[in-house]
Amino acid sequence: MSDASSGLTVVTGVVSPTRKRITTVLVHVALIAASICMLYPLLWLLAASFRPENEIFTSASIIPSSWSIDSYIRGWNGLRTGFGTFFTNSFIISGLSVVGNVLACSMAAFAFARLEFKGKSFWFAMMLMTLMLPYQVTLIPQYVLFRSLGWVNTFLPLVVPKFLAADGFFIFLMVQFFRGLPKELDEAAQMDGCSPWRIYWKIILPLSTPVLATAAIFTFIWTWDDFFGPLIYLSEMKSYTVMLGLRTFTDSTGESDFGGLFAMSVLSLVPIFLFFLFFQRLLIEGIATTGMKR
Amino acid sequence: MATSIELHKIVKSYGDVKVVHGIDLTINPGEFTVFVGPSGCGKSTLLRMIAGLEPITGGDLLIDGERMNEVPAARRGIAMVFQSYALYPHMNVYQNLAFGLETAKMPKAEIAERVAKAAAILKIEPLLQRKPKQLSGGQRQRVAIGRAIVREPRIFLFDEPLSNLDAELRVQMRVEIAKLHNDLGNTMIYVTHDQVEAMTMADKIVVLRAGVIEQVGAPLELYNSPRNLFVAGFIGSPKMNFLTASADGNRVNVAGGSIDLARPVAGATTLGVRPEHITLTEGSGVKLADVRVDLVESLGGQTVVYATTADNQPINIVLEGQRDVTLGSTIAAHIDPARLHLFNASGDVV
Repeated sequence: MSDASSGLTVVTGVVSPTRKRITTVLVHVALIAASICMLYPLLWLLAASFRPENEIFTSASIIPSSWSIDSYIRGWNGLRTGFGTFFTNSFIISGLSVVGNVLACSMAAFAFARLEFKGKSFWFAMMLMTLMLPYQVTLIPQYVLFRSLGWVNTFLPLVVPKFLAADGFFIFLMVQFFRGLPKELDEAAQMDGCSPWRIYWKIILPLSTPVLATAAIFTFIWTWDDFFGPLIYLSEMKSYTVMLGLRTFTDSTGESDFGGLFAMSVLSLVPIFLFFLFFQRLLIEGIATTGMKR
Repeated sequence: MATSIELHKIVKSYGDVKVVHGIDLTINPGEFTVFVGPSGCGKSTLLRMIAGLEPITGGDLLIDGERMNEVPAARRGIAMVFQSYALYPHMNVYQNLAFGLETAKMPKAEIAERVAKAAAILKIEPLLQRKPKQLSGGQRQRVAIGRAIVREPRIFLFDEPLSNLDAELRVQMRVEIAKLHNDLGNTMIYVTHDQVEAMTMADKIVVLRAGVIEQVGAPLELYNSPRNLFVAGFIGSPKMNFLTASADGNRVNVAGGSIDLARPVAGATTLGVRPEHITLTEGSGVKLADVRVDLVESLGGQTVVYATTADNQPINIVLEGQRDVTLGSTIAAHIDPARLHLFNASGDVV
């Protein structure tokens, strides 16, 4: 299109409504297909948990021909120790891990981000180095240490390290977040007579809900889903977590109860889903630093 | 009772870099002192050292005669208003005001009384339940001042508190802070890079440059008798004109002409003259130079003329009222010789 009077040439990209509609439909079809691929295994698991035992592996459909909650009843009570015990154990370990990680990591991060102390850079570098160590590398020395402390077959090896700020990833995450909070807030609190502890507790923590929620969500999910740690340290069935409990449904020497396994697998997802649902609100709430001018 | 502050040879270094070079200063009880200077001159660092937020590398800080170098910020009896307000975003206005008193474990009834009193002084009673994000810039600034007032400190420190307000609000808050000083009578130190704020609010101005005090004095003392080129250029708005000059006995040669003075001016290399002291009428002084008019700004109450001398030196003239000055014309600039400032090659007044 040309504008003769101004000597300018204006190019406009006109797309016909039909072509636009076809593109939209194709995009949606592709997205729905991808979603089905992602969701199918989960939906199949859900369907299998409600199928009668003999139908589980005979159909690829995600709608059972008949509905039954037998797998849930059998799964919950079918083992020597009820599944309720496993859930309780998992809740204790995951809950304490969340509290420990959030408190200890935030304290360590506050020190690195806001306080001055001798060797700060060195210790920060050391902390970052722990991120590069695979879990398996420290596993044996840790096991030897905890065994000598008499902690094997207790929850302590799974929980106590969380209270010692042992998770470098969360410390690093929080350090970065705390560094973004205006330093003047600390200084104003200092003028108000606050000690470093009160600045941490009354000023920094309340302003850090997004990063604390992130740490809480991931700690909960990772601890709840952890199979290896409990496998190493917990040997008695009454102290098993949900993940160890699920393994007992499959038996390489005898008959496996897949119905019970699928039903309990579905139930094991519920706490994670609810935890995420509750804390994701805090994640997106963002931080209100509008008391500052910038 | 108001409090005195003494700085003896105060030094601040960051590693090997010295940023404050041995400041000596006495601030009398109840005085409103303004630290003024360009960015990086050390005025905020000096204030933060007085506040206790920055360790003092060398020298002594005395408050009411007592050495305070190692005393924690909260125990110096000082309250500070930050440039960024630094209100706690998760607390409402009441909680922001009360926080320092709660930290001091003051009884709740007394906290409520003090908050109410400060809120009344600053007229922020209707805002007490609001969060900082629900306040305008001016309201936040008031709350920040309120937070200082409730602590009933001996000394108030202000670190460029108005720099983020719009021009109108800045003038309004400037007046309010000055009134507050009159009402409370406390010793106050105010940091700014805005010389208009300094001139209008201060009992005493401290002009700083590169960590050194250039001059200390009352606003008009600095305006009328600047000690050097830097102070002469920094104090006064619009800025003082500086023209290259040479001295010959009692005579100073400038812009192709010469002016006879009542005293010898040996060594003068720069002549300073404030734009508002130049006139276009012969009766009000001696002729300074013929200047060519480059631009005229009519502000209603004033007419600002931007001009150039015969030897191409820029010169600004501020004339009272509405004047008819033709662009491109040549006009004669006159000056009262008593209002001239002469500086030698090292920038010191002659």
